[in-house]
Amino acid sequence: MDVSSQDLSSEQLTEIIGLVNKVYGFDFSYYSKASLKRRFSRIMMIKKWDIGDLRRILTSDPVFFQEFLEEVTVNVTEMFRDPSFYKTLYTQILPALSTYKHIKIWSAGCATGEEVFSLAILLKKAGLKEKSLIYGTDINNEVLKSAKKGVCSVRNLKTYAENYGLSGLGGSLADHFTSTNDLAVIQGDLKQNTLFSVHNLISDPVFNEFQLISCRNVFIYFETILQERILDLFYKSLCPGGFLCLGSKETIRSDIARNKFREINSKENIYQKIGS
Amino acid sequence: MIRRWNNSELLLLGGSAGSFKILFQIVKNLSPDLNKVVVIVIHRKKNFLSEIEQLFADHSKVRLKEIHDKDKIEKNTVFIAPANYHTLIEKDGHFGLDVSEALWFSRPSIDVTFESAADIYNDRCTGILFSGANQDGAEGMLRLRNAGSLTIVQDPAEAEMPEMPGAAIRINAVDYILKTNEIFKLLKK
Repeated sequence: MDVSSQDLSSEQLTEIIGLVNKVYGFDFSYYSKASLKRRFSRIMMIKKWDIGDLRRILTSDPVFFQEFLEEVTVNVTEMFRDPSFYKTLYTQILPALSTYKHIKIWSAGCATGEEVFSLAILLKKAGLKEKSLIYGTDINNEVLKSAKKGVCSVRNLKTYAENYGLSGLGGSLADHFTSTNDLAVIQGDLKQNTLFSVHNLISDPVFNEFQLISCRNVFIYFETILQERILDLFYKSLCPGGFLCLGSKETIRSDIARNKFREINSKENIYQKIGS
Repeated sequence: MIRRWNNSELLLLGGSAGSFKILFQIVKNLSPDLNKVVVIVIHRKKNFLSEIEQLFADHSKVRLKEIHDKDKIEKNTVFIAPANYHTLIEKDGHFGLDVSEALWFSRPSIDVTFESAADIYNDRCTGILFSGANQDGAEGMLRLRNAGSLTIVQDPAEAEMPEMPGAAIRINAVDYILKTNEIFKLLKK
């Protein structure tokens, strides 16, 4: 059965956004509305609540808000999503990064960490793991707890292995995991160079300088005005010549931002910072 | 029916297994001055991204575009929902994408696109559902119909996989059940 979003009007959507901002300081005003509406409706459907229930419980139950945040922000992710992207990173970008003494990478909006570990595997294959550090950030602490464990189901690992196979990187994804029964655990050495912490792209500042920032399929949830603000944050967070990777269907649209980033691979949406 | 078709601003086409040939024929024959937005949602494997888009583009007289996030919704353009994303229609005249859970094991989901179209365009759509092996699209058609839009399915008797149009008929989401050649005829009007 599909999520029915018919019962939530735009006015009610605006009202819930306002309520969440007032009570919890989380601002969803510039999130893409059609998608956000489906998320809110999904929660109401799962809980069998009407708008009144949602309003009341959001106001009175801070514990529920964590769950709400987790449901609203889409955390669906895969290892090696878009295999050709990883292939391009490996052949085109990592050689450029290898010239740096230390490589700092930021996976922004990393959810349960699948991209962070995909990058860790890629860096290991390129022999760059020892001098690399990958920061995974998300607004949601619960998904980060899961990311830190570096665990996935054997069933998901199968899907990820298909992606990995298509990337043409050689070897097998399973080599990087230890499987017991239904669970697969990423090998310890791949976790060593990862760091997870809470960061809100909308309200938190620059916290480090990076050679590469990957923020794929996060912008789709934001309206253009918010995308622009975050692009500015990324610009300030990149070293001169640093790389920015967006999702393959995401686009830098404004002239201002286009003057800050040079497109170096249009198919995979990889950009390079212009200037210092 | 013809009047409602003529009044539609948005033509939504949904299909899965067995729909490809028909959708291909439709795109091939679309008039460049159709004066409508066309959105196609076809189920397909996630890692075969651009084969359909390319094939359609090579044979179409109309401008054809795979949807990217925040693309402007424009008339006389055929937009194709990209693989491995849901396509949504935003109030401000743009498309939106998301990678939330698959529906009916499908991403793109026909329901997601048709429902968001109904939310924004109300009665100004024509939705047509073709052959497919699951029930995706039926709820979306119902939403369109309830909003006053025109809903049509390919006659299940002619569909390679009758389940998809059949599911829409079962939940009373369909205004007209048409033979394939009748659908072609209507779209030429």
